[in-house]
Amino acid sequence: MQQQEYGSPRNFISEWTRKNFQYIPPAFITLILLTGQVTFGILDSYVNLIVAIVTSVVGEVVLARLVLGTRKNLASAYITGISVGILIRSNVIWPYFVTALLSIMSKYVLRYKGRHLWNPSNFGVSWMLALSTMNVAGLSMQWGSNLAAMSVIWILGLIIVNRAKRLHVTVTYVASFVILAYIRCLITGDAFLAELSPLTGPMYQLFIFFMITDPPTSVSTKKGRIIVVILVAVVEFVLRLNHSIYAPFYALCMVGPVAKFIDLKMNSPKEQLKPAGAMGS
Amino acid sequence: MKMSQKTALTITVIIFIALLAITFVASRKNPGALNNETSDIAKETALQQYGFYLQPVNEEAGITFRHICPDVDPKVSNIKMQIASVGASASVCDFDNDGWSDIYFTNSGNGSMNALYRNLGNGKFEDVAAETGVANVNIKGTGASMGAVWGDYDNDGFKDLLLYKWGKAELFKNNGGKHFERITEGSGLPDWANINSAIWFDFNNDGLLDIFLGGYFKEIFHLDSLNTTKIMPESFKYANNGGRNFLLKNMGNGRFGDVTKQYGLTTNKWTLAAAAADFNGDNFPELYVANDYSVDEFYLNKNGETFEEIGTEAGVGHIPKSGMNATFGDINNDGNMGVYTTNITEKGILIQGNNYWQPKNGGTQTPSFVNLAQLSGIENAGWSYGAQFGDLNNDGFMDLYVANGFISAKENTSYWYDYSKVTGGNSNIIGDAKNWPDMEGKSQSGYKEDKIWLNNSDAMFEDVSGKVCPPVTYDGRAVAMADLWNRGVLDIIVANQNNIPTIYKNTLAGNHHWVAFDLQGTVSNADAVGARVQIEWEGKKQVQVVTGGMGFASQNQHRLHFGLGAGNQIDQVTIYWPSGRVDKIQTPTIDKLHIIKESQH
Repeated sequence: MQQQEYGSPRNFISEWTRKNFQYIPPAFITLILLTGQVTFGILDSYVNLIVAIVTSVVGEVVLARLVLGTRKNLASAYITGISVGILIRSNVIWPYFVTALLSIMSKYVLRYKGRHLWNPSNFGVSWMLALSTMNVAGLSMQWGSNLAAMSVIWILGLIIVNRAKRLHVTVTYVASFVILAYIRCLITGDAFLAELSPLTGPMYQLFIFFMITDPPTSVSTKKGRIIVVILVAVVEFVLRLNHSIYAPFYALCMVGPVAKFIDLKMNSPKEQLKPAGAMGS
Repeated sequence: MKMSQKTALTITVIIFIALLAITFVASRKNPGALNNETSDIAKETALQQYGFYLQPVNEEAGITFRHICPDVDPKVSNIKMQIASVGASASVCDFDNDGWSDIYFTNSGNGSMNALYRNLGNGKFEDVAAETGVANVNIKGTGASMGAVWGDYDNDGFKDLLLYKWGKAELFKNNGGKHFERITEGSGLPDWANINSAIWFDFNNDGLLDIFLGGYFKEIFHLDSLNTTKIMPESFKYANNGGRNFLLKNMGNGRFGDVTKQYGLTTNKWTLAAAAADFNGDNFPELYVANDYSVDEFYLNKNGETFEEIGTEAGVGHIPKSGMNATFGDINNDGNMGVYTTNITEKGILIQGNNYWQPKNGGTQTPSFVNLAQLSGIENAGWSYGAQFGDLNNDGFMDLYVANGFISAKENTSYWYDYSKVTGGNSNIIGDAKNWPDMEGKSQSGYKEDKIWLNNSDAMFEDVSGKVCPPVTYDGRAVAMADLWNRGVLDIIVANQNNIPTIYKNTLAGNHHWVAFDLQGTVSNADAVGARVQIEWEGKKQVQVVTGGMGFASQNQHRLHFGLGAGNQIDQVTIYWPSGRVDKIQTPTIDKLHIIKESQH
């Protein structure tokens, strides 16, 4: 019945997707997780992931209610939790709880003109990794060699960021990374493939599709977003030359909030609510 | 309402700042750090606090051996130190049956000599490898030694030597403890394989010792003369492109038959260690295989007729790590041995943690395990290789020594960043050595002290590294324990990569008692490999097993050593022989080595 209202199945899917796009990114990150888990069993423990997601979602519900007096769509918190669950590697549970909590809290504490400045999981993960503790490491290892699975994730990811009107961000970042990887290989003398290698890993899939495309922490203009993402790539380039393993996280953590702050200073936020096409974590 | 939100925000900010502060302070406190801090605690203080002290005595013992890394093809010289990072091994054996434990060290460079140190019984050792025929075994074109294990394959009462290599493995028959005869040709050993692990065990309990060889690099590669650079693992965690394993059945005539496929050991993971013991009480030994770049495997022995890999069901095959060791120990004196495996922990970069797999359904048909390493405090050591359990202070609880450190090259340098680039990449990148950044002499998890964990009773361990011995930061590989001077004390031998070994003479304080058993099979294999000894005293019960090699590239002394603490009487000793026979000894004399022959009735 519903299908007939839209005339054709294609229109129905298109309309449904438009109205419910908020659920696509969480579904996509779940797909990445499931692909990794089914093909390689990437999760050392389901408990860790559940702790991260529950902490993130409950944190969002409580803080939105108490601090902002509102209810929030929990898609973003879910993505934050799942990102923390995947990106943090630890043999104990507490880092998943603390990282997820710090991530969500940063949305409510580190604000300017009513908008949060840091991508939540980027803040939490960067902080925990920068501490270089005995209990926390980052996801820096390849899940496997399944090119088909990786291709599906890339294709789906590109379709979704396109739909979220953030394809230019992803494409600019990838292009910048490739160019700067080539320059790095000229500087370091290492193989180009060695410099390109991280881009083929799961850490970058999450970074490219969920962190740098996050609408709430992106600047307001397309041109601005392109400049910012190039700056992120450049800072990452410098960090990599200084042997920083988690360079992309730190680069976004440094550049993103500054850019957002300047953007908010120059342009008042048009709306407080997150756009429907959010990919953010 | 507004005030309420403001209050909530204030509380949120306070909690947020507190979380940042707590995590920051906690990270700087660095509990269980993998640092190089050493303590100046004097020997006397160590003896008083921990009851033992380990003193390196290479010079006094006359052990001058030095390991040289294997040669690799110039095509992979950019990561030579990565590839050539193994080969230092130590295996203990009384090869001449004079009652004193001797030590065999492997060397790996082309033309380098292996060493067989005969224990002279006066505190000194003498290298007799050349005169006995087991020194010159690294001739160019024949491969590089990776380790050796001793086993009496022909049940003549003298232990024979299986030398495994990246190359042609060798079998030497021990002729009366005086000379070794090379009987490799026609023995059935593989013509060429890159083996990093071997054990003797009697998997079908026919009274003849069989062989397991664990392959690392694919057997098609001659690592010092390569025609490709595509030799590396296809994934850091899910690699299945390693060397094949070999299960060689002793046919009883000096020949070994390849029954690998028939027995179901067909995976191609990167094996670094193996150990065998019976975990389900049917007398047939199960096989634990520790794999680099993948999950470990647990092979259930089905009546000696085949093996079934049940690692996932048993709980040990879920999380891929960097398996580099497999050793057994009953750490809580409950009569159940667990398996300790080593992996990599580098703070902030890679947190794998070592495992202690405690059996949770002892004696049942399908064993399963739970990892107690974290609870017991023996999880994070560093870039660990070999490990052994042994009661270092004779207090009745098994302590743990873990060799540590990967590559100690230029100080204050690190290859970790470069390493993370390729190990995070696709198989086409990581699998080709030419893509790996040049190490340029950088260290990686180098200059680390070995870990020494003291079992303070009931499997609660205390880190006493650097407190019970002078600081040593060699790149430890193999660890073996033996009572080198027949004092009723476990001494420690550590083979260090590209360096001298460390011979620790153990000094004990207090009046702790001990007992040791040297088993000789009659119906079972002569070495009694697979025999299990259980002693019961003062309400405690400890189990140890005779193995034909365990740990990483190592073999402990043949005799089993039990510390008894203050206990001056053993209630009962039960010996479970592989043949199924069970011998019981009531109240054996303590502070004594008992030589026990398997009863034939």
